[in-house]
Amino acid sequence: MFQIRVHGRGGQGVVTAAELLSVAAFSQGRHAQAFPSFGSERTGAPVVAFCRVDDAPIRLREPILDPDAVIVQDPTLLGQVDVFAGLRPDGYVLVNSTRTWAELGLTDLVRSLPAGHARIVPATALALEHVHRPVPNAALLGGFAALTGQLALAAVEQAIAARFPPRVAAGNVEACRAAFGLVTDQIGALR
Amino acid sequence: MTTRPVAFYQVGTFAVGNRLLGAEADTVQADAERTNSITSGHRACQGCGEALGARYVLDAAMRATEGSMVAVNATGCLEVFSTPYPESSWRVPWLHSLFGNAPAVAAGVAAALKVKGRAEVRVVGQAGDGGAVDIGFGCLSGMFERNDDVLFVCYDNQGYMNTGVQRSGATPPAARTATTPVVGDAPGNVFGQGKSAPLIAMAHEIPYVATATVADLRDLEAKVTRAMAMRGARYLHVLVPCPLGWGTAACDTIRVARLATESGFFPVFEAEHGEVVAVSPIRRQVPVVDYLRLQARFAHLFSPTVREDVIAAMQARADRNIRRFGLIGGEQ
Amino acid sequence: MRRQLEGSRAVALTVARCRPEVVCAYPISPQTHIVEALAELVRSGELTPCEYLNVESEFAAMSVAIGASAAGARAYTATASQGLLFMAEALYNASGLGLPIVMTVANRAIGAPINIWNDHSDAMSQRDSGWIQLYAQSNQEAADLHILGFRLAEQLSTPVMVCMDGFVLTHAVEEVELAEPSQVDAYLPPYQPRQVLDPAHPVSIGAMVGPEAFLEVRYLAHRTQLRALEVIPALAAEFGEVFGRPGPSLVSPYRTEDADLVVVALGSVLGTVQDLVDELRADGVRIGALGITAFRPFPVAAVRAALSYGQRLVVLERAFSVGGGGIVTPDVNAAVSGMDCPLTTVVAGLGGRPVTRASLRRLLADLPTDPLVFLDLDEAVVARELARTGGVS
Repeated sequence: MFQIRVHGRGGQGVVTAAELLSVAAFSQGRHAQAFPSFGSERTGAPVVAFCRVDDAPIRLREPILDPDAVIVQDPTLLGQVDVFAGLRPDGYVLVNSTRTWAELGLTDLVRSLPAGHARIVPATALALEHVHRPVPNAALLGGFAALTGQLALAAVEQAIAARFPPRVAAGNVEACRAAFGLVTDQIGALR
Repeated sequence: MTTRPVAFYQVGTFAVGNRLLGAEADTVQADAERTNSITSGHRACQGCGEALGARYVLDAAMRATEGSMVAVNATGCLEVFSTPYPESSWRVPWLHSLFGNAPAVAAGVAAALKVKGRAEVRVVGQAGDGGAVDIGFGCLSGMFERNDDVLFVCYDNQGYMNTGVQRSGATPPAARTATTPVVGDAPGNVFGQGKSAPLIAMAHEIPYVATATVADLRDLEAKVTRAMAMRGARYLHVLVPCPLGWGTAACDTIRVARLATESGFFPVFEAEHGEVVAVSPIRRQVPVVDYLRLQARFAHLFSPTVREDVIAAMQARADRNIRRFGLIGGEQ
Repeated sequence: MRRQLEGSRAVALTVARCRPEVVCAYPISPQTHIVEALAELVRSGELTPCEYLNVESEFAAMSVAIGASAAGARAYTATASQGLLFMAEALYNASGLGLPIVMTVANRAIGAPINIWNDHSDAMSQRDSGWIQLYAQSNQEAADLHILGFRLAEQLSTPVMVCMDGFVLTHAVEEVELAEPSQVDAYLPPYQPRQVLDPAHPVSIGAMVGPEAFLEVRYLAHRTQLRALEVIPALAAEFGEVFGRPGPSLVSPYRTEDADLVVVALGSVLGTVQDLVDELRADGVRIGALGITAFRPFPVAAVRAALSYGQRLVVLERAFSVGGGGIVTPDVNAAVSGMDCPLTTVVAGLGGRPVTRASLRRLLADLPTDPLVFLDLDEAVVARELARTGGVS
């Protein structure tokens, strides 16, 4: 089972991100479960969403306490919420930011993970470029696909295209693809 | 209104009798073939205004709909005295659910009939003042707001009579009830601002709102018939004296209801979409005190001393109704 | 067809395929997505003929359903928590009048203190209302229980409550094999009321019944509910034939045959428990789980048959009776009477606190002797509160 935890703030599409991960996995013939953790229902409040992916049917209902991957949609949460709590030693980290690991204060974390398991993606910038709205989730999903290899890009793109209204679907798919390319190149450069 | 005023002062207006009118002007009650929607054998008190009102209303509705009607009843006197298992005095399809939900249940019946393509079957909801003005108020308002296709009738005897004459939101000021007893400096019910369900119904801008009493059979039947010719939410508020609760003689039910209208204390009018369109004018105004004097629930206003101040305040209420609805001289 | 979708949506689509004729809606978290989806389906014409009423309260919602059902329409509504309580009077009315209304309850805690998260307090508080109560373990089961629920309700003239854990199931996106409309039509015939409001044959429904007959009315309702214990398996078997997958059963035993200890539970927590059972079994612990789907009527015989003499039982309760103890526990105890099964009541997950494998594992490794245990009780908070109030909370 591969467990993903997505952190962000209300209004950034965190819940949708988890849902799209599950839809993409489902379309690839795997079992997936996505669900949110609810705090107050207001824009800007910290939100967590979960997604489990497995080849066997998923019965477990508890929150993801030991994620294989953590996606951070909003880096202002760093230092406020323990977004990396329980992250597995061989886990993956994807952070939406234009800053460096040092600037984010996460060099120790990155060093503790296997090489290439932690990536920064300027997802908001990509979203603004391709969708003209600062909703970074689609781009981060592309980055996730490249980072972990858990999902095929095509499956993620298909899930995005089906979920968003036509007018923003294409842009979101482009942002996703761009992030995928970015992370693929970065990982390639590491090898 | 569809009645035609006829003056026969020599024999007394109310003794005209149907033989002097054309058959088409006969009341439903004069018809031997009337439904008798609530038939004899029920357990109402002698002189019960509500039993009378229900029969008048439902028989008129049955004629207006050619027998195609369902009644939904709130908990209260009418429901209790009419359906002591295993007997029922209802000859129409009849549903009783709870105290506070008759308007919502009626809305559900109407929705079901509509979805089943049987919208020619009409729905009449009925409740006492408790079930309409107090505990049923939320559901009543919801039904109005949705404009559900229901004629809702409130039989207003101005208190929770079935449970032992307790005060309701419709109880008039100064009235003695079991929870507004004649004790202390201000005996009887408080002088609040009142809660006019008809005016509230009008504020919902529903197609038809009317008030009536059991004293004027023709007027009541005409209003029911008029209402049943319309679709959407309609509200009829009928004053029905309760001999037990009001402390009136069983033979005085109709007389007391008439005094309520002739004094202006209970205004009789019709409204459509929030505007008054017709009133029953007062032909000979009587002082409110004549109305109060017949009712033991106001006895404390006359003994041991006459409470002129309270009676004057009651008269002021009646005067305000007369002014507000133009019940005398046609002013509105 | 297999789809990956939110539980609420799966339920709404399934309910729509059951062809409700009157749907009444009042919103409350976490049921809102169900009634919203149904509004769309009615507006778009996908669910037709159907009258959709937006009502002014949950009390009105159940009341509209009562009127609609008495007039011969298949009626449906959904609620949770405070809303269920607000319609409590109407629940008893619906069951007393023998109206086959089906309602989804998105299980949520009851305030005060206000809490929007999942536990079973709401439905449990209406345990005695005369409604059949069915609890879903997954969104697949939630969807399927509605189909079976309409059939069951109309066959027995008894209303049915389908319980699904709020947020945990309603807002979880997972795979569901959605029933085809043709399959549902094959399984669920049009509603034939036992009695109906009809000018052609007037009846009085809702008479006042005095001491001379009230007991008999209640006794007959009880007997009808008990008949459901036979009807549900029969309907489930038929479900299997029509839909090509097993229908819901009264109970679902998991690795109980040679278990020394069995965890008994209702609802979605069973998924977590089953995973834990597999983990502990791999460690050599002989443990099993027993899921109860039908809580009312309580399947005494089925529970008894699933358990063995001397088995240790842990009843995992998602609600409890303040001042008393467990609510499911007394029923389980009655079922295993004479079987010498030591039983511990574990109150867990109130107000949406997650029930985790780790906590259960710790608990089971060192099961207290107390008959009533509160999982993950924060002793520090309790102690602080007691100190603050001088020992009286």
